Amino acid sequence: MIPRPYTGRRITNLLVNVISVTAAVMGILILIWITYMVIYRGLAAINLDFFTKLPTPPMMPGGGLANAILGTLVMTVLATLIAVPIGLLGGICLGEFGQQSRVAEVCRFAANVLIGMPSIIIGIFVYGLLVITMGNFSGWAGAVALAIIMLPVVARTTEDMLRMVPDPLRESALAMGAPRWKVTLSIVFRAAKSGIITGVLLGVARVSGETAPLLFTALNSPYMISSLSQPTPNLTVTIFNYAMSPYEDWQQLAWGASLLITVSVLALTLLARFTFGEQKR
Amino acid sequence: MLPPETASAAVNYPAPRPRHLQADAIFKGLTVIGAIIVPVIMAGIVWELLAGSLPALQKFGVRFFFTEAWNPVTQNFGAASSIYGTIVSTAIAMMLAVPMSLVIALFLVELAPPWLSKVVGTMIELLAAIPSIIYGMWGLFIFAPFMSKYVQPFLGDTLGFLPLFQGPPLGIGMLTAGIILAFMILPFITAICRDVFALVPPVMKESGYGIGATTWEVTYKVTIPYGAVGVLGAVFLGLGRALGETMAVTFVIGNTHRISASFFAPGNSIASCLANEFAEATEPTYVSSLIALGLVLFVFTFVVQVVSQMLLRRMYRSWSLKI
Repeated sequence: MIPRPYTGRRITNLLVNVISVTAAVMGILILIWITYMVIYRGLAAINLDFFTKLPTPPMMPGGGLANAILGTLVMTVLATLIAVPIGLLGGICLGEFGQQSRVAEVCRFAANVLIGMPSIIIGIFVYGLLVITMGNFSGWAGAVALAIIMLPVVARTTEDMLRMVPDPLRESALAMGAPRWKVTLSIVFRAAKSGIITGVLLGVARVSGETAPLLFTALNSPYMISSLSQPTPNLTVTIFNYAMSPYEDWQQLAWGASLLITVSVLALTLLARFTFGEQKR
Repeated sequence: MLPPETASAAVNYPAPRPRHLQADAIFKGLTVIGAIIVPVIMAGIVWELLAGSLPALQKFGVRFFFTEAWNPVTQNFGAASSIYGTIVSTAIAMMLAVPMSLVIALFLVELAPPWLSKVVGTMIELLAAIPSIIYGMWGLFIFAPFMSKYVQPFLGDTLGFLPLFQGPPLGIGMLTAGIILAFMILPFITAICRDVFALVPPVMKESGYGIGATTWEVTYKVTIPYGAVGVLGAVFLGLGRALGETMAVTFVIGNTHRISASFFAPGNSIASCLANEFAEATEPTYVSSLIALGLVLFVFTFVVQVVSQMLLRRMYRSWSLKI
């Protein structure tokens, strides 16, 4: 076999190295470009009115998105309250009780598929489940849609984290005579705490930027929230509606809302990474 | 040594209290309910999509999937343009994102010093944290004008002989949607590829270097073949993401129910069509046709998900045995 000349191979290698550095730089540039534009265009819209006033009709100055901010907060908190307890229980079942069982296998598979399911499909599901049956768009439906997106994330992270806890810890607690539920809740959970908190934070981060599942569950509204059984204003659908409108000042508000959403989501994500630190791998 | 009294007391100690057992049984029952809810939701989604799309499918038959017509006024619907748009925008995204993810993973694992690899890796992962709607805002107001001003005229001048790159540079359209999708799925594919590359046993790579191979040769001939299953799993994961991505695509794809040869032309995807029209649809046939579109999207993503799960699981299982 005649060896290929080393120079040619080195040039190929150098070329690939250059391409790979360029690609990495490009990825970073896109991140910087997006965050810079969101901050630059968004800051112009942020003032006291933005947080305290209700939206005004187009071309009327001085409007804010107080109702949408509140609506997003309320629905996200509600979704968290629904999804976290169920997700934790599901995670315990998969991680502690049925590691090998058939049922656990099915649940794990379903959770993985649900994590990758387009969120708009979840929107259709909740539309049929709650909007049609209750007769109108509502904040409850929005919260449930967000909860369904969060649930598998919380369940799967909880499972993974529980599995990382070494068995001797459980065995020693059981040997002391502690019942199973106590072992799980006060020994194993404590050991897996930071990982589980990370999972929950990532779940919250994911749903607080979601738009598609709210489009036809919570819908949107220009008024203050009076009840969760009414269409509920929220930031993300407001961004969508305002960005698609031809009015400059509405688009301006959309940028403000984008900044708020981006900052909260990135902060939550970084906080989650910070909580978990180096334990990940 | 236990004193004899204590020992006898231990013998007489009543067997585990029933209440204690009961608490455990209740606890276990609760956790099982928490876990079962997930497959129940899945089943609910399938049932609802099937039931909801039945009227449209009965009315239009198989024709529904192959006609381009989409007319709410005459109640005539076909999914062809949406399916086409979904496939084309995803294909553009995959063609850009897969090679880019591979070389970025190569950079992170083989080229960059650990500190740089960590910083760059985190930044690439943050791309995944940015919500879809923010990509939409950026895409519509910043990236689409950039495309129409610089990228599309350039492509039109150089590759304009292909029908793919003909037509007015509108900015919004298939190509822009595909490129933005590529950036959105990039972090997912990169993250898994990076893990795969890093998990290849050093002995394998070192034997490559030992006989004088360059970094690229080791990657191309040792690392990638060794981790092929994992890389393929990553590709399918990205594919699943791209197919169902909604808001970013809705902002930039143009939202017209038309099939055009050119990548510059506006079109629509299943997800963008649902996002735009579902809340406003009132007639039963219209709603049902939209749900049928949802069913198509569900089937697409479900199949892709299952394949990627199988591939990734196979990889991790075989590696945990080997390492």
